Amino acid sequence: MAKLVTLTIDGITVQVPPGTNVVDAAKKAGIDIPVFCYHPKMEPVGMCRMCLVEIGRPVVDRATGELVRADDGSVKIQFSPKLETACTTPVSEGMVVINTSQKVKDGREDILEFLLTSHPLDCPVCDKGGECPLQNLTMEFGSGQSRYIYDEKMHSAKHVPLGDLIYLDRERCIQCARCVRFQDQIVDDPVIGFYNRGRALEIVTYSEPGFDSIFSGNTTDICPVGALTTADFRFGARPWELNAAASICTQCPVGCNLTINVRREAISQGRMAIKRIMPRQNEWVNEIWICDKGRFGYHYVESEERLDQPLVRKDGKLTPVSWDEAINLVSMRFKQAGSNLLTLVSGRLSNEDLYNIRKLTDSLNGKSALYTQMGGGDVVAQVGMSTGSNLANLGKGDVILVIATDLHQEAPIWWLRVKQATERGAQLIVANARSTRLDRYAKYPIRYAYGEQNNLIAALVQLIDPQKFVDAKAIKHLSEQSIIKDTAEALKAAQNLVIFFGNEGSGVADSQVLAQTCAILLATTNHAGKPNNGLIPVWQRANDQGAWDMGWRPPTDLSTSIKEANALYIVACDPAGDDPRLSLTPDFLVVQDLYLTPTAKLADVVLPALPFTEREGSLTSGERRVQRYYPAIPGRTGALADFAIAAQIAKACGITLEERSAAKVMDAIARENADYAAISYTELANVEEQWPIIGRADLYYGGTSYENKQGLGMQLQNAVQKGEPFQISLPELVEQSGEGLLAVPITRLYDRGNTLIPSQLLRTHLVSTVMWINAKEAKQQGVEEHDVVQIECGETSALVTVELEDAVPDGVVLVPRSVGIPISEPCRVRLHITERV
Amino acid sequence: MKTEHVLLRHRDHPEINELENYRKIGGFEVFRKVVTTMQPNEVIEVVKSSGLRGRGGAGFPTGLKWAFVDQKNWPHYVVANADESEPGTFKDREILEGNPFQFLEGVAIASYAVGARAAYVYLRGEFWQIAHQLDRRIQQLYHAGLLGERLFGTDYSLHIFTHLGAGAYICGEETAMLESIEGKLGQPRLRPPFPPSFGLFGKPTVVNNVETLTNVPLIIERGAEWYRSFGTEKSPGVKIFCLSGRVKRPGNYELPLGTPFRKLIYEYGGGILEDHPIKAIMAAGASSSLIVANDPALDTPMDYESVPSLGAQLGSASVIVVDDTVSIDWLINKTVHFFRHESCGKCTPCREGTFWMMHLTDRITAGKASWQDVELLKDVASQMRGKCFCALGEFSIEAVLSGIERFRGDFEARVKG
Repeated sequence: MAKLVTLTIDGITVQVPPGTNVVDAAKKAGIDIPVFCYHPKMEPVGMCRMCLVEIGRPVVDRATGELVRADDGSVKIQFSPKLETACTTPVSEGMVVINTSQKVKDGREDILEFLLTSHPLDCPVCDKGGECPLQNLTMEFGSGQSRYIYDEKMHSAKHVPLGDLIYLDRERCIQCARCVRFQDQIVDDPVIGFYNRGRALEIVTYSEPGFDSIFSGNTTDICPVGALTTADFRFGARPWELNAAASICTQCPVGCNLTINVRREAISQGRMAIKRIMPRQNEWVNEIWICDKGRFGYHYVESEERLDQPLVRKDGKLTPVSWDEAINLVSMRFKQAGSNLLTLVSGRLSNEDLYNIRKLTDSLNGKSALYTQMGGGDVVAQVGMSTGSNLANLGKGDVILVIATDLHQEAPIWWLRVKQATERGAQLIVANARSTRLDRYAKYPIRYAYGEQNNLIAALVQLIDPQKFVDAKAIKHLSEQSIIKDTAEALKAAQNLVIFFGNEGSGVADSQVLAQTCAILLATTNHAGKPNNGLIPVWQRANDQGAWDMGWRPPTDLSTSIKEANALYIVACDPAGDDPRLSLTPDFLVVQDLYLTPTAKLADVVLPALPFTEREGSLTSGERRVQRYYPAIPGRTGALADFAIAAQIAKACGITLEERSAAKVMDAIARENADYAAISYTELANVEEQWPIIGRADLYYGGTSYENKQGLGMQLQNAVQKGEPFQISLPELVEQSGEGLLAVPITRLYDRGNTLIPSQLLRTHLVSTVMWINAKEAKQQGVEEHDVVQIECGETSALVTVELEDAVPDGVVLVPRSVGIPISEPCRVRLHITERV
Repeated sequence: MKTEHVLLRHRDHPEINELENYRKIGGFEVFRKVVTTMQPNEVIEVVKSSGLRGRGGAGFPTGLKWAFVDQKNWPHYVVANADESEPGTFKDREILEGNPFQFLEGVAIASYAVGARAAYVYLRGEFWQIAHQLDRRIQQLYHAGLLGERLFGTDYSLHIFTHLGAGAYICGEETAMLESIEGKLGQPRLRPPFPPSFGLFGKPTVVNNVETLTNVPLIIERGAEWYRSFGTEKSPGVKIFCLSGRVKRPGNYELPLGTPFRKLIYEYGGGILEDHPIKAIMAAGASSSLIVANDPALDTPMDYESVPSLGAQLGSASVIVVDDTVSIDWLINKTVHFFRHESCGKCTPCREGTFWMMHLTDRITAGKASWQDVELLKDVASQMRGKCFCALGEFSIEAVLSGIERFRGDFEARVKG
């Protein structure tokens, strides 16, 4: 720990690390130095000149190097004749900062007067009005009078769509460049910038389509005026009308902390309506950022298509019935089915839902299955991220390995945090069969053929510990490559090691093996069970890890399991929609979901559930952080929380389960599940002081992201940490085999899943039913760009449009997941051209 | 007394803008001598003891700047500032057209002195024709073995590139210039760090004005003492004074520093047009305070120490002469328009202040303003003072404040009521 620097600000003595700037030092001491361009997450630029303060430094005798003292013995302080910008001035020993003198106040009034000469002062119709740093600081420091003639004001365009998500009001812009710098420095999408100069300086977008970045919404949070607004919220409400509810994003396994802003309004028939999704600070998870999918992709919860009463099939038609009737029918048939009941759930559900549904199924001796395309959650419970881990702690000397996943598309905030770790000096290994956006930060970008991911990790293990995977033929050609040898050396030298693994190029079974080999790598390098080390699964759903923790496992063969079941209870998943040829014809099919999905349309009973915004619950992130979300708006009448529905069915079967309180379900989980023993809703609501200080009345500092007052969540201990034996044995390695063109499903951020389609705003961003192939392979296969081809995988097939993409390896076509192409695992395919444009 | 030109040598030796002619008067022999017989720090020492100061306006000691280059961070770069954009400044252009090889030799020697193997000549966009000529001349140097790899059989290699700006005054500010060379928007960088530690592409860089660099070959050839025989003790050497405005013979005059205004304006410049009385002097182009051209002022030596006693700066020595036909409010309207047009927009006071001052001076000059507007103009200019990000904004108020203070009558005559 470097020696602290001591300075005084307005007479208060402050101690901060060297290199801290005066604005941050003051902030730590509870003193506000106003800023516009400075943001604590970005390098200072000193453009707006708002943070002017008086700065004095001790006078040092040049000859002796001693401090010069006044007659009374006090150190003589020399003040600079000019005001200085506090954001660009690093602290120094003995510095004296004056933030409250008349000179300082006058300086601020001057700067504000300059800013307001060009400002339209349209606060009454501005989205930012009420949470606007320019408004607030003008109230505090500004002159009450305008000396500028209105007729001389410069007028600029007020509705400039930078892209379809973000609008720019050029009159309101104060040219602070926070947005430009965020896009450039933080997320490395430099798609907006300044054009022209002087008073004509304006923000433009360079990309086609405009503002092409999946993080664009964050610029509206840090914009210190109403220049940048989202297409979702602009002119939607005034900030002071909004209530705030803490929530957790359910779009991916990162678990970004959210605040949902709601109000009751006439245009929503007097109901409470969600007006916008904002990031909530959690420096352990998402800092103060969220991706655009999390921000704009919530509209499914307010869809008019949502179910609001139970349906029972009568005379072949689904007919609305009372809850009692539905529950009685379901419980009776479930009891009859007994061990022939199969319950299928997904990681879209909360821990409480998963627990109750599991209890219900177990009590009836039914079988339970997790609907997923990826395995390894049990391995993560053993060697996942240990308690006390924070990706922000990774830096010099540490290594991050990312394998078989495209983090930018699958878990954007993890991508961001991994990128930032490399900027702090961490070494990154990115292994995939194709290039991804993370490659540009990787010291070791490794390519392998799809299907070789397990062997690659095994090769690394073997290079580090020759006693393991001895004589394995399958890995020889890998361990001979110099980049893989170098990577093994880097892994050996790593202080901390974090491994992200996904299922690109794997099915459930293969990704289970990948998790195991990654765990062995962590154990071999002696990183398992330590803080800032561990295995992070890049699940497709927000709570897949919670599902594994609650005991759910994917079935070895889903279609066989379904065929063998007499009664099927399908919750929060849509197997028929994903694969229309899946035979869903049990004697009795119960589907519990938000809408009448293709699966629900086949059901005998449909039970309407509540989305996460209308109920309580908890989710376990890929980093095994348990976090709770709160109800943002009242539940729509007629629908119930999943855990409550399960409890009602259970009650009718004579089984007692907690029905009313999610908190009490969590208590039950904690009693039964050792990993969750320390978890309670009270504990999950704990917060601590975070840096930077965001979201209080001083909006000028960090933007409009919300302060976290509702809980940072708790990271679970893994088995190794608890001292349990490491129980993963070396898997059998198989050599790559198979002939013919391989289709590999990949995850795209903007897919066509049920929970994204209803967000109209993202419509043009959604991936279509395409197939990516490289030009050489396309020629080989006789297809051309824009051809519509039938892609055949065994019994199933789909129509896709051909798109050429250099990054696709030879012999492979990539298809997006969750767009209706029934390819959930890699498979050999044939192509038939059906249409050529 | 100086008899031959040091910088404008083409006036003594016509056609030295051809390499063979320049070599006939010893051109590039100094560079050869430097590379083959001198250590870089020896070159820096000679320049230091010559007392040469930057001719771009700030007057910073050149040798000292070279010595500041961070020796722990490599590579190093030299950037020649040929952005000459200050209104009333036209000296670099004459050098580049008339005596380009002496300038290039200066670039080469500076590069050797600071260990740079690449140098950039940044020219204002309007100098595209000069840039083409310079490119051709640089090619001639390569062909003559005076640039390129392993020069004169040593390990030292040097490449010189030209880079054209896009017509922005701010790119004459050294850090904005570096941004511009890097392909970015021309806006100044935060300083510190200064270019000698963090410059072009983040590497230690020396940025020198064309005139400064053109001095270097003869300083090395004839020695620091010789150079110090011109000018004053603290401002040694010669300087090109760009004389313009209401004078009979405007133009570039190479004179020793310390020459009085009167000599430049009346002896070399032939006095004021139609022998009108002189009213004011702007010594540093549009960035000047207005000097009241009374006898003491006219007798003030033009050097870096004396001009400040008149409440002004020597700057790039662009001496604009104003006579009694010019109303000062009209004059500052012109300078304010210039700065409003050239403000880069990065910092608030300059971006907004120049725009506001433009409107105010427009109204004053049009006779549509009251005295309150003049007071407001003074306020606006005053509240910009000391708050701007770079010197451009600070310079934009010099003529305004000194004009209102020293030529109050001109404003009083213009306003209503």
